[in-house]
Amino acid sequence: MSDIILETRGLTKHYGGVQALDDANFILHAGEHVAVVGDNGAGKSTFVRQITAVEQRTAGQIFFDGKEVTHAGPLDAREAGIETVFQTLALADDLDVPSNLFLGREIFKFRLGPFSWLDRKAMRDRTMEALKTTAVKIPNVDNPIRNMSGGQRQCVAIARTAAFASKLVIMDEPTAALGVQETAQVENIIRGLKERGIPMVLVSHNLRQVFDLVDRIVVFRRGRIVASLRRDETDGNDIVSYITGVKGNADGAFA
Amino acid sequence: MSKPTSQPTGLGGLKYDASKRARANEWNIFAALVAIVIVFEVLNRLNGTSFLFNLRDNVPGLFNQQRLDIMILQVAITGIIALGVTQVIILGGIDLSSGSLVGATAMITMSFAQTALVNGNPNPKAVFGPEWMDLPVIVPIVVGLGCGIFAGLINGLLIAYTKIPPFIATLGMMVSARGASRWWSNGTPVSFPTETYANVSNGDLLGTLTFGLLHWDGQNPAVVFVALAVLFQVIMIYTLYGKHTYAIGSNEAAARMSGINVDRHKVLVYTIAGMLAGVSAVLLTSKNLTAQAGMGMMYELDAIAMAVIGGVSLSGGRGSIVGTVLGAAIFSVIISGFTSIKLDAYYQEMVKGAIIVGAVILDQWRQKNRARG
Repeated sequence: MSDIILETRGLTKHYGGVQALDDANFILHAGEHVAVVGDNGAGKSTFVRQITAVEQRTAGQIFFDGKEVTHAGPLDAREAGIETVFQTLALADDLDVPSNLFLGREIFKFRLGPFSWLDRKAMRDRTMEALKTTAVKIPNVDNPIRNMSGGQRQCVAIARTAAFASKLVIMDEPTAALGVQETAQVENIIRGLKERGIPMVLVSHNLRQVFDLVDRIVVFRRGRIVASLRRDETDGNDIVSYITGVKGNADGAFA
Repeated sequence: MSKPTSQPTGLGGLKYDASKRARANEWNIFAALVAIVIVFEVLNRLNGTSFLFNLRDNVPGLFNQQRLDIMILQVAITGIIALGVTQVIILGGIDLSSGSLVGATAMITMSFAQTALVNGNPNPKAVFGPEWMDLPVIVPIVVGLGCGIFAGLINGLLIAYTKIPPFIATLGMMVSARGASRWWSNGTPVSFPTETYANVSNGDLLGTLTFGLLHWDGQNPAVVFVALAVLFQVIMIYTLYGKHTYAIGSNEAAARMSGINVDRHKVLVYTIAGMLAGVSAVLLTSKNLTAQAGMGMMYELDAIAMAVIGGVSLSGGRGSIVGTVLGAAIFSVIISGFTSIKLDAYYQEMVKGAIIVGAVILDQWRQKNRARG
């Protein structure tokens, strides 16, 4: 059992009367990279938001690192070791790279409530280190990231995740807005995580990318998990059939 | 054809371009300040007078000391409010209530600063009985700051927890606080403070100082303004408070996702803005030796104008305390400059309005250029 990093049992989320996520049972093993795929509105992002505690689940259980957890918020989840790159970039455009990397977990010279003194040098040094280990190159980390390209900004977001990742990384469509070269760079970071043995959940629309990067593919459809397939036991057509509902409707709930 | 090797190559072939490094915006504002001073100097010289310099033989000194003193005093009291408004705007909010808070706080504070006997007669403007008069100077100061903090706290709580727009919350406070200032003494002025209270603004903490050709006559409001400006500039740059204020103004959703307690931080920033309005009210009443219900009228707009002229972006996340201090200086130079060239007061107001709009247009234009560049 200690092999399991993340497990959800009967995870369910309603938004008012809309059942966005229904009875999701999901297991992620140590060091495993899993892709979550599905059509728009299939429940992928909702699933991620429950695990990262951005939203609170309606029902079900989440087990992380061997214990049942109920994180009160994203910071809680992050402190437990779940790092996330969100679909909408969670970056503050007017801050520089170190400030963004350390947003919400600043390093202090001394603590004095809200007026705690920031250790800017330590944050900058650790930022350079983090960018080095993730092979991300940013021309000038002291500039506000407003002035950077979409790819660079995404890399800052991912470097932030990868640098602090201790137990689990979650990426919600990390390359959706990126060019070819930038996508390749992000994929390299993901391979780096794999080498370091850090497990990952990747939400993606890009099946080519999914087959390149992950060990297992989980398909969502209309708020339910309809398939969980090992990469080498399936192919693109198979996955598409599950996404579109040609396969996997054995229970007949959706016609 | 050859690739510049000395430059580190950025991600995806993007190269480091030193010219694209952000230059501190404050330098541009400082340049504008100098330019405006030069313009007024030239306009004055055309009339045979001077804006900054002393041309009279019977008065010593290189500079027109009287004008400098007025300019500094003008800046100081509204400038203190602008320091708070700046933080609120950087946070992504707006504070319309600061002027009215000055009015209400002035009335209440002055009531606790009254002296029992005026020229041997009982104080004709007494608000409370004699047991509440001749109090130590700390009492009205604490009351003043307390009023500001209380009103700022209400602003902050409304904005953070009812999620109503800051514009509406502080507009409500603006109207209510003005009402409170009229209600306090049925609209009659409150006057005759104790000597120690009068000395808060009229005394000179630093004494008379001379820096080479510059002469300092000691104006406490200016000393307080500069001290607070330095304090908050340091806080905004070096502490968590500043970092989170910029982060929330820049991208509130991101700040929330990063685990920042956005609501609590908003309450804190609005409370500090309220406290600064309280400081301003204490200095203003102490300077004028009286409090009237109409005090601080339109100060909120002057304060916002100072911030905007100083490069604080109304969309939040950008600007600085230093910028606002420069903006306040520009504001004051413009008003004094108009007076010096004997421009009619009505025109002054109209031009002032145009300058505020111009500053916002400039800010929008800068943003667009930056997004493109």
